[in-house]
Amino acid sequence: MARMKFLCDADRCIECNACVTACKNEHEVPWGINRRRVVTLNDGKPGERSISMACMHCTDAPCAAVCPVNCFYTTADSVVLHSKDLCIGCGYCFYACPFGAPQYPKVGNFGSRGKMDKCTFCAGGPEADGSKEEFEKYGANRLAEGKLPLCAEMCSTKSLLAGDSDVIAQIYKERVSRRGYGSGAWGWQTAYRESIAT
Amino acid sequence: MAKLVAHMRMVAGVLALAFIIAISAPVSAQQPNMVNPTADAVKEQQLLQQLNTIQGRVTIPDEKSSVLVHPAGREWRQFHTVTLKWIGGISIIGMLVVLVLFYLWRGPMRVRSGYSGINILRFDVLERFVHWLTAVTFVILGITGLNITFGRVLLLPLMGPEAFSAWSEWAKYAHNFLSFGFTLGVLLMFVMWIGRNLPTAADVQWLKQGGGMFDKTNSTHAPAYKFNAGQKILFWIIVFASAAMIVSGFMLLFPFYSGLTVGNMELAEIFHAIVGVLFVALILGHIYLGSVGMEGAFGAMADGNVDLNWAKEHHSLWAKEEIRVDKVKGGAMRPAE
Repeated sequence: MARMKFLCDADRCIECNACVTACKNEHEVPWGINRRRVVTLNDGKPGERSISMACMHCTDAPCAAVCPVNCFYTTADSVVLHSKDLCIGCGYCFYACPFGAPQYPKVGNFGSRGKMDKCTFCAGGPEADGSKEEFEKYGANRLAEGKLPLCAEMCSTKSLLAGDSDVIAQIYKERVSRRGYGSGAWGWQTAYRESIAT
Repeated sequence: MAKLVAHMRMVAGVLALAFIIAISAPVSAQQPNMVNPTADAVKEQQLLQQLNTIQGRVTIPDEKSSVLVHPAGREWRQFHTVTLKWIGGISIIGMLVVLVLFYLWRGPMRVRSGYSGINILRFDVLERFVHWLTAVTFVILGITGLNITFGRVLLLPLMGPEAFSAWSEWAKYAHNFLSFGFTLGVLLMFVMWIGRNLPTAADVQWLKQGGGMFDKTNSTHAPAYKFNAGQKILFWIIVFASAAMIVSGFMLLFPFYSGLTVGNMELAEIFHAIVGVLFVALILGHIYLGSVGMEGAFGAMADGNVDLNWAKEHHSLWAKEEIRVDKVKGGAMRPAE
């Protein structure tokens, strides 16, 4: 099976936020929840870079480790998913996550955050693939249909890559060697304890 | 002549123009090479080394989402999943082992002169209410708090995922809402008992004798007022530990409120958890001394009465006060049925 990962080529990202919008639309994510976001570093200064960030589907995921009810699981494609039926909305996954991926439908007053929501790599949840229940809780399951995550698929500059680790790393390496520069695979060292040598 | 001057002026002008072009030409020729698109680009490793977190700007209103990479989450994970389990396990199981060994060695502390049959009111209704408000909420907060750390290991395999999640969700709500009752209880206890818990000269002697706790012959009884030095220490630890729990707990109850960052939240959890498990261990010792550890002590918090002989042995100075006051109070001291 594939080892699914995201890779944002910061030298190509133009901060159009289309990935954010596409994700919200595809999964009909409630208002206030951002499974994906674009963060701009050094905004307005020389060397400004934007990076689209969501759940990185970490190797040995910290959210899964700290979850008090063990509601996370990793699929055969190494996608980190969770069960909203088991989630108690304690918010610990957000503290553990290095990428700020977990989102909660309610403001945290009195600990009532509601069920956690996060990027599923367009792979749904524990319910039957493509079922109504799965869509309502986790959004579309594109992976089951043989499609890759929509955010990367429709990225206008092909900055955001999603797919098998070896494939997207190879694409990125070729880009970097052709154009002569690259600011690296953001988050990879933290998420996978490995980076792409360029 | 004028024509010549004009001619020379034109030649000079052309030369000057040629000179300007000559010196500026190499500059414009170098221009494309001078702009290196990556020279100033932010580098992830560099930013992480400098700040240990990477923060930028986002266009969505959720300010905390501007943190791009925050690897400290991994350290918090290490604390929560490994370090905390050791601290909690050692302190709580360690306290239980110490109490069992102490009980086996010392046995319950008896009333040496036996029961007199005369009761004396130790804690009135308000004091008992405040104590039990604090106690009941503390026990529930303790169990539901420990569930967050140890439930996954100890209870989840026994209960199964669905039942454990249902219980944990209720436990979470109980923990969140009963915290207000606990806060009220501790505040009232502080106001009610602070006067009785200021250090006095008698405390030095009590501490020197270890309160007679370690005298197997049961013949040492250090004089004490309503609260002995051990209880005063307990009182002040409870006051400060509760304050620590309440402050860090309310931070966790209102996450990211007024500019709290994810790093603040992690620190609050670490603080809350460490103080919490030590607090539970301490209160186990308190429960022991108030129940099986000391004969005749539990009544003080049950119906409020203790035996006069118990009072004379354990709180001699307070018993003297009470006997003196009893004439005024009238009826507080009465024979046991």
